[in-house]
Amino acid sequence: MQDSNVKLEISNLNAYYGKAFVLHNVSICVEPGEKVAILGRNGMGKTTLLKSIMKLDKLRVEGSIRYGNVELTKLPTYGVARQGIGYVPQGWQLFRSLSVEEHLLMAYRKGTGKDEWTPERVLKTFPEIGRRRKIGGTRLSGGEQQILAIGRALVSNSNLLLMDEPSEGVSTMVLERVRDICSELSEQGKSILLVEQNLSLALGIAKKIYILVNGTIVHSAPAEEFAQDHERQALYLGI
Amino acid sequence: MYLMVILNGLTMAGYLFIMAIGLNLSFGLMRICNMNHGTFYLLGGFIGWSVVKATGNWWLGLVVVAAAVGLIAFLEEFLLLRRARGKTTVETLITLSLSIIGTDLIIAIWTGKTRQIDIPDFAKGIYRVGNYFFPKFNVLIILFAVAIGFIFWLIYQKTKIGMILRAGVDNFEIVATCGINIKRLFTAVFTVSGALAGIAGVFGGTYQMLVSGQDGTVMIYTLLVVIIGGIGSFGGAIVGSIVIGLIYTVGTMLAPQFSYFFLFAPVALVLAFRPQGLFGKVGRIDD
Repeated sequence: MQDSNVKLEISNLNAYYGKAFVLHNVSICVEPGEKVAILGRNGMGKTTLLKSIMKLDKLRVEGSIRYGNVELTKLPTYGVARQGIGYVPQGWQLFRSLSVEEHLLMAYRKGTGKDEWTPERVLKTFPEIGRRRKIGGTRLSGGEQQILAIGRALVSNSNLLLMDEPSEGVSTMVLERVRDICSELSEQGKSILLVEQNLSLALGIAKKIYILVNGTIVHSAPAEEFAQDHERQALYLGI
Repeated sequence: MYLMVILNGLTMAGYLFIMAIGLNLSFGLMRICNMNHGTFYLLGGFIGWSVVKATGNWWLGLVVVAAAVGLIAFLEEFLLLRRARGKTTVETLITLSLSIIGTDLIIAIWTGKTRQIDIPDFAKGIYRVGNYFFPKFNVLIILFAVAIGFIFWLIYQKTKIGMILRAGVDNFEIVATCGINIKRLFTAVFTVSGALAGIAGVFGGTYQMLVSGQDGTVMIYTLLVVIIGGIGSFGGAIVGSIVIGLIYTVGTMLAPQFSYFFLFAPVALVLAFRPQGLFGKVGRIDD
């Protein structure tokens, strides 16, 4: 089912919450192994874009979201995930009833090869949550919850990871960990689609950026180029 | 005397628990209150009565009821509820309609006469402990409820399915993002929930009379268990059923004219001061 050599291609995507028209004609592409960031201020539709891919919140979508040869708009949420797409939601969305370890066991799907992320590997890689494996996931600190949310997505052994504002509410130290994890995933040939407001984190991870303003992609550029483009940073992100 | 009343209370708690565990799970996971859960109970009782009458085999009655009522629940979820998924009012109205239809069908098929399933030979008689006498069948209900509770506890706490169920009660959309087919899980839970209600009907219909219209009463008692215990809580189903079973029997013995007061007063208090129930959790996805 999963193939690491596939790209995500979103073409002319419109998304609606009821009658509210949120995303307008959005087109983006994530090549195999590529790290892409969607930047934009609050309320511009970044989270909606990821939810449209995952088929969450009863969003109505028009247009095409293709992952390899598969049209994702025709699949239910679990079907999208089974194509090899992992999701780290905004605000972590951990389960109150599950311990740290159970979050990972529940979400674990067998991968292949030495790069497989097992629950045990996640707990060893991130000792801060490994030490607290038996306690409730929602009792961790904000940063630890973020790491657990990433770990939950990792154990699905997906080839594309959608990350929704991993910098939200976490310390600089945790941000460094997030950056390290993304680098490691990149070395494993996995793709990342990151939604962020934190410019330095996004530029530290992504090779390509898109700017989303009021539900429309208004600019795209290589991350290195955008890092020097202070005029557009001020215009679109208010930095 | 009091010991006997407590045993009766625990017996009632036993079959209420078997009822509540299924309703609680489907309520917690699928966010719909299945108003025909009581109909599953009564249907199970009457089907069980027919099978036991025809074959004389009580255990066969239990198995046939679990399969038959489970199948009906499966069809209800697969053919009707699935189409209305997410529209809570519509889903609840579907279950309410089916409850009324089911009640009428039961009267049409079993003529509305009261029935009682024969106690199986192995459970006839009493256990004598000192000066106390315990009907064997009451003990059987309690042991069966404990066994069902233990099996469900094992599944709920120690298996991946249990983790998925617990996570689903918290936030089933995020469970789906982990690649889990939540629709199939809903169908499975609803089917098991229906089968358990049917099984409770066989126990209840052996312990006391099966009466047309009783489905509404049993449904209310089961809802009280869920309200007191907390939606989606396994521990809550245990405590809630014991509380309701004991309050009902002890209250009826001490002051029968106040039996409903005793039953509903704690529910009102729980709703006022701890609306999520004794073991329920606040802040679920749809709160």
